Amino acid sequence: MTNSLIWQSFKKTRNENRPALLTYTVAGDNTKKKSLEILKSISNHADICELGFPHNTPIADGGQIQTSAYRAIKNGIKIKNVFSIVSQFKKTKKNKPIILMGYYNIVYQYGENKFIQKCKKTKVDGLIIVDLPHPENKLFASKCKKKGINFIQLVSPTTSNNRLKQIIKDSHDMIYYISMLSITGQKLKVSPKNIIRRYNKIKALDKSKNIVIGFGITEKTIKSLKKADGLVVGSAICKEITKSIIKRQNIVTNVTNIVRRLKNKIK
Amino acid sequence: MIKLKKNIPLIDQHNKLGFWGGKFGGSFIPETLKKPIEDLTKEFQKLRKDKKFVKKRDFYFKNYVGSPTSLVKLKNLSKHLKGAQIWAKVVSEANGGAHKIYNATVHALICKAMGKKYIVGDTGAGYAGKMLSMAAKKFDLKCKIFMGAKDIKRQKPNCDAMRKNGAEIVPVYSGSQTLVDAVSECMRYWVSNCDNTHMCVGSTVGPNIFVKICGWSTAQISRELKSQIRKEFKKIPKRIKLINCVGGGSSAYGFWSEFIDYDKKQIELIGVEADGPKKSKLHAAPLSRNSKIGILHGAASYVCQNNEGQIKETESISAGLDYPGVSPIHCFLKDTKRARYTNATDEEALNAYKIVTKFEKLNPSLEPCHAFAEAIKIAPKLSRDTIIIVNSCGDAKKDRDILKQRLEKDND
Ligand SMILES: Cc1ncc(COP(=O)(O)O)c(C=O)c1O
Repeated sequence: MTNSLIWQSFKKTRNENRPALLTYTVAGDNTKKKSLEILKSISNHADICELGFPHNTPIADGGQIQTSAYRAIKNGIKIKNVFSIVSQFKKTKKNKPIILMGYYNIVYQYGENKFIQKCKKTKVDGLIIVDLPHPENKLFASKCKKKGINFIQLVSPTTSNNRLKQIIKDSHDMIYYISMLSITGQKLKVSPKNIIRRYNKIKALDKSKNIVIGFGITEKTIKSLKKADGLVVGSAICKEITKSIIKRQNIVTNVTNIVRRLKNKIK
Repeated sequence: MIKLKKNIPLIDQHNKLGFWGGKFGGSFIPETLKKPIEDLTKEFQKLRKDKKFVKKRDFYFKNYVGSPTSLVKLKNLSKHLKGAQIWAKVVSEANGGAHKIYNATVHALICKAMGKKYIVGDTGAGYAGKMLSMAAKKFDLKCKIFMGAKDIKRQKPNCDAMRKNGAEIVPVYSGSQTLVDAVSECMRYWVSNCDNTHMCVGSTVGPNIFVKICGWSTAQISRELKSQIRKEFKKIPKRIKLINCVGGGSSAYGFWSEFIDYDKKQIELIGVEADGPKKSKLHAAPLSRNSKIGILHGAASYVCQNNEGQIKETESISAGLDYPGVSPIHCFLKDTKRARYTNATDEEALNAYKIVTKFEKLNPSLEPCHAFAEAIKIAPKLSRDTIIIVNSCGDAKKDRDILKQRLEKDND
């Protein structure tokens, strides 16, 4: 899929000799309208935008993202609204890749095929399904590929070498490396040096794959990981939304500022 | 049509990806848990074939859990209801006061065998947590229990016991602050600490391997029951009904496992879920109220949820049954029509408590009172040669405050 927007983003950042910046926000946080505004504004600095489906039993997410998700659900976000946020975003930002992230029950209730079709129609570029690991995801991933949608495989420090090889073989344009044994939103408990060392080992298995690092990345830690192909920041952004709401400050401005600062640190 | 196999334990009737009947169960887990779950699966496969380990298990079941628990005829209750004979298997006699001790003991033994020093678990009624804290103390493990803040308040006696055993209780404030949130938080903790910590899931729910370990542990109950029935009746009677409450389903599976191969005309299996307060719509009854299949806590099962795949809040007077999901093996038993599932309201369970304690020297907790409610409902319509056996799987000490409050109110 070398013509995918995701692939092209990595090509561009590689040429600029920097990692891609990937942001994660929750659709509908804190309202449908606001989350679209946030997305549009931060995409001026982010290379790839991940947009989360809020779920009320997220077994891999920590407090910050849970708070965002509960807030969004409380404000009435529905699956169809998530897709409409994507299609509206794409009207003005048609070349900015967008990755939807969620738990499998949402796909399951919607219906796998219908879900993929809807992704295709709204121009979703990629999918991350947190609780659908390899090899359980093989069939779904190949259905995605047929429709030109990137299915993003996750690997973690506990992934055995054998698994790594199989996962890489079945991966599409991007692989997501989870930096440590952790849910989202926890402090880095492994030194950046060690994370990069493990990262390089995985990268060495197939240099052509774009591998991003996520979990525990903040303004403080992002610079130390800049050797990666891409870096994902989620909880730090969700936390900023929460803070802005509490302080009654402009959410879009504050969130855009943090994304700009993150970007400046890895330029 | 999906079908049950004979002569194979139900816990082993799943396919390669861990699905019963091709669609229930599986392992919907984050990548980080793949390796620890694979390790645990291998270890369990090895241990259950290891004669020494099985001997050790049986030693602790006998000398620590206190197996076998007794099977007693409830003569007064039977006489009062004027129909079927009602019996109870008093599983609450087990050390700690409920069936959860079987699963907790086995998990502690596995944790030891794997060389881990930390063990964590979820709890609703507090029994799973209390038993895990007991087993942890016995086998010298450090123990953390995740429990919803609402449950900590309503099941205080069990919380006191956990603390006395040296376990740390981690209160969970998210969502409905009950069992569903406790299980989520426990799984999150395990994701972050799976390198040195073993996780015990408190019922036959969660990723495939946890369903299997729990079912393998509670199955002891029906092995005992089978030989007790033989002793009491000389042979297996023609008409038996085994009634059990169903939260996650560990007690029901343990009560039934030896009898699944029998014809349902001879041995009927009846599961009773919590319907909640009479006026509430937040039923904790995914099987009997025909919920759709969904994914919760790493497995596909019938789940209380909305059309968007968000898990619904539930409400029940019984913390142990107050859960929106249910074991995949019970979904399988439902779809194959081997078991029948129904429900009882809070009020029916309380009424059953009053009746049972009036006629018998038995003090069943609110969970088994749901099963007694069904027994009381059907017994009068049945013939005298029908044998109803209720699993009295928990002791009501933990429900002291709720019972005091609710029964006093009724007497006013
Ligand atoms: C006494 C008792 N019975 C039943 C249950 C419900 O769980 P399960 O359906 O797994 O037996 C619980 C759970 O806490 C319990 O404590």
